[in-house]
Amino acid sequence: MKVALFIPCYIDQFYPKVGIATLQLLEKLGCDVSFPLEQTCCGQPMANSGFAALSKGCDINFIKNFSGFDYIVAPSGSCVLHVKEHLSNEEDGIEASQIRNSIYELTEFLTDILKVKSIPASFPHKVGLHNSCHGQRGLNLSSMTERMLPEFSKPEQLLKLVAGIELKKAKRNDECCGFGGTFCVFEEAVSVKMGKDRVKEHEDNEVDYITGGDTSCLMHLEGILKRQGSKIKTIHIAEILNRVL
Amino acid sequence: MTVKHADLAEKFIADEPRTDWHDDTLWFVREKRDKAAHGLPEWEQLREWASQIKNNTLSNLSNYLKEFEEKAAANGIKVHWASDAKEHNEIIYEIILKHGIQKIVKSKSMLTEECHLNEFLQHQGIEVVDTDLGERIVQFRKEPPSHIVLPAIHLKKEDVSATFHEHLKTEKGNNDPQYLTEAARQHLRNKFVESQLAITGVNFAIAETGGFVVCTNEGNADMGAHTAPVHIACMGFEKLIPKADHLSVFLRLLARSATGQPITTYSSHFQKPRPDQEMHIVIVDNGRSKQLGREDFRNSLKCIRCAACFNTCPVYRRSGGHSYHTAVAGPIGSILNPNLDMKANADLPFASTLCGSCSNVCPVKINIHEQLWKWRQVIVEEGYVAASKKISMKGMSFVFSNPKIYRLLGKTGRKVIHFFPFMVNNKLNPWFKQREMPSAPKDSFHDWYLKNRKN
Repeated sequence: MKVALFIPCYIDQFYPKVGIATLQLLEKLGCDVSFPLEQTCCGQPMANSGFAALSKGCDINFIKNFSGFDYIVAPSGSCVLHVKEHLSNEEDGIEASQIRNSIYELTEFLTDILKVKSIPASFPHKVGLHNSCHGQRGLNLSSMTERMLPEFSKPEQLLKLVAGIELKKAKRNDECCGFGGTFCVFEEAVSVKMGKDRVKEHEDNEVDYITGGDTSCLMHLEGILKRQGSKIKTIHIAEILNRVL
Repeated sequence: MTVKHADLAEKFIADEPRTDWHDDTLWFVREKRDKAAHGLPEWEQLREWASQIKNNTLSNLSNYLKEFEEKAAANGIKVHWASDAKEHNEIIYEIILKHGIQKIVKSKSMLTEECHLNEFLQHQGIEVVDTDLGERIVQFRKEPPSHIVLPAIHLKKEDVSATFHEHLKTEKGNNDPQYLTEAARQHLRNKFVESQLAITGVNFAIAETGGFVVCTNEGNADMGAHTAPVHIACMGFEKLIPKADHLSVFLRLLARSATGQPITTYSSHFQKPRPDQEMHIVIVDNGRSKQLGREDFRNSLKCIRCAACFNTCPVYRRSGGHSYHTAVAGPIGSILNPNLDMKANADLPFASTLCGSCSNVCPVKINIHEQLWKWRQVIVEEGYVAASKKISMKGMSFVFSNPKIYRLLGKTGRKVIHFFPFMVNNKLNPWFKQREMPSAPKDSFHDWYLKNRKN
């Protein structure tokens, strides 16, 4: 199975450890993983700001890098959702549509494609899971409190396979953290207030770590935690699943 | 220059304990809604039915409107058509003049807020008394409602007590809700008895019967309509449903979505005027035809004004209704208002993280968050965006289209953050105001990969 690894731009630049953990985890689980070297960004920052028309160059570069793989996997629900919903090429739509249909967020790739039943990981800490909206509501990675449908959670299903982990559920389990892309700077006050409220709930649970499938949300929460001088750390779910004692 | 959502929100949040209280209060309503919805195994099916009935209505609107007009007229109701807010207000003014009306009571109608009827009539020297308790409170304070179902939700009982002390001479500092409500009740009772005209909104108008339904929890629409000799009901044309049978679907969804109640306390059916009573219906367009013609946004007209999207919205709960500077706030307002005035409301589709919770709670399945995204594209295309934002987006687009430049800039940027942190850790950077910047590693993932996987 030929898997291409998509590492979103801000992970590439600021959180290489998340990319490394994702790569090592996929290799550990038997995937033949390539990292197309000329990849940059999915185009979401422009599109969500109303400039989807400016993301064409980005789309073409993305298609150039990611055509011809069985699967494309990324450790970010948000970027994957953007590609799934908006990647396009006016001149040749076939490759774009193949990519849209073969791109997966890491946890759904593990549960749905690799059908992982056990993971040789250990993480003896109290952990709170932050459900990122685009992964949850956009990619349907877990059930949502608004909908009256059976409960499930792909990231939780995986975390439960990790030895020693103690999962603590936040009171408002699927409330947005307030990152929201450029929202985090253009609506700074609301963004930070939302983040502080998320952090507070995890603090009440006395967790050691907040984890999640989107580094963007975690970066925002980390910024608040650090400013507050909190002991709680953030960690991407790939880093936990790849952690061995 | 109009004030923007972000600035108004910042002012609201400056009082953090009050923001927490506002957030908790509305979250409580959201949880009540969840509980009520969980009580119906057929909840998701009801949403689907409601959505399809409204889709059908919007697709055949002209026929249903004609059918409704015909049936209503046959029932003895006078039907008026208003193409915009001005016509709506003038039609009502004419009826007032014709009867020499002085005393008017009005139950909640977001349409009359949208048309600024109270201000219009005030200019003509006519006073309207809002009879919904929350609306009466904000009317005393000369404020607009901050929520379409809970108009005074931004106020605490202490605020209400102070307002009533000033306007109704209640005891100073008496914050007892029962005492305050009783004072409002006595005050409004007189207004009902004196009233010569009752204005109400319309929740559902039924094409098949020519009747309409008004839902309230306080019975104030009925008190007005049953005492005054003239009743004017105002409705946006999207309030229509084809058949009386369809009502059950909507009445079951409306109150559960709004407040978690199984049904509104009063769901009053109006069919025809009483002997010696005059009944009018004003059917208003005011931009709705235009919205109907926008393929991406037409289904926003399915809205039944339950405000579930307000209560669930993490931004609304923390920024308050007034930060949306429009009659209908919240997520639904942010997709309706750009249609009415794109320039003045260009900020609203950006007042969202696109979390999608609004679309999930919507009882008629409006894809609210997707429409917010689409409005952003339209607003940029029409040029209602800051030049600085346009320049930065163009720059970003160039960088991400050119991998070598992206890597070079990334490397330079990380070095700057590493060696000259004050370049980003300053007050010009809105991220840094209340958050630390992420630390900048020496190597990007790309660098690491080249070193560790490519020999």
